[in-house]
Amino acid sequence: MDLVPVLARWLHFLAGVMWIGLLYYFNFVQVPALKAAAADNTAVGITRHVAPRALFYFRWASLVTWLAGAALLGNQFMNAFTLSKGMAGIGVGAWLGTIMLLNVWGLIWPNQKKILGIVPATDEEKTSARRIAFLASRTNVMLSMPMLFFMAGGWSHRGTFGL
Amino acid sequence: MKNPLDSLWGTIISGVILTAILYYIVKNVLN
Repeated sequence: MDLVPVLARWLHFLAGVMWIGLLYYFNFVQVPALKAAAADNTAVGITRHVAPRALFYFRWASLVTWLAGAALLGNQFMNAFTLSKGMAGIGVGAWLGTIMLLNVWGLIWPNQKKILGIVPATDEEKTSARRIAFLASRTNVMLSMPMLFFMAGGWSHRGTFGL
Repeated sequence: MKNPLDSLWGTIISGVILTAILYYIVKNVLN
């Protein structure tokens, strides 16, 4: 048994579950909860104590997931990202995961830093940051659906879907 | 037009549609 792909797959799954689990937590739980909490002035508990911790694991898990996925692809990395014949399924999954990673580090995290007061921002900048972070996060939920479809069915289960 | 990503159901439906489109492209165009 070659240990590197086994460990890379294990780490890819562990970090991926944490990343996408927290993504779904933000979208299915925290966003509606903050709306309800704003009505009775209890949102500060979430924004001060929960959101920063969740964002910490969320953004680092996204990076670990991508790196472990790259290690798992190994010498097929270029074939996947160039969508070579027979590799297009996992390649599309890898591209979707990459776009999602860039969304996390390029849009969600920089804007969340403004929203949570980690970096200084005016009220106007915070309003704009809220909308950008929200849409980037929702985009990632949407992209996670085909991403998981192709991750699970594009390569190791190619025969199942005839890909 | 309302942005479908503003609602959870709109997001999920968009994800299902995108999955179907990408599946068609991978199966019929790229492979």
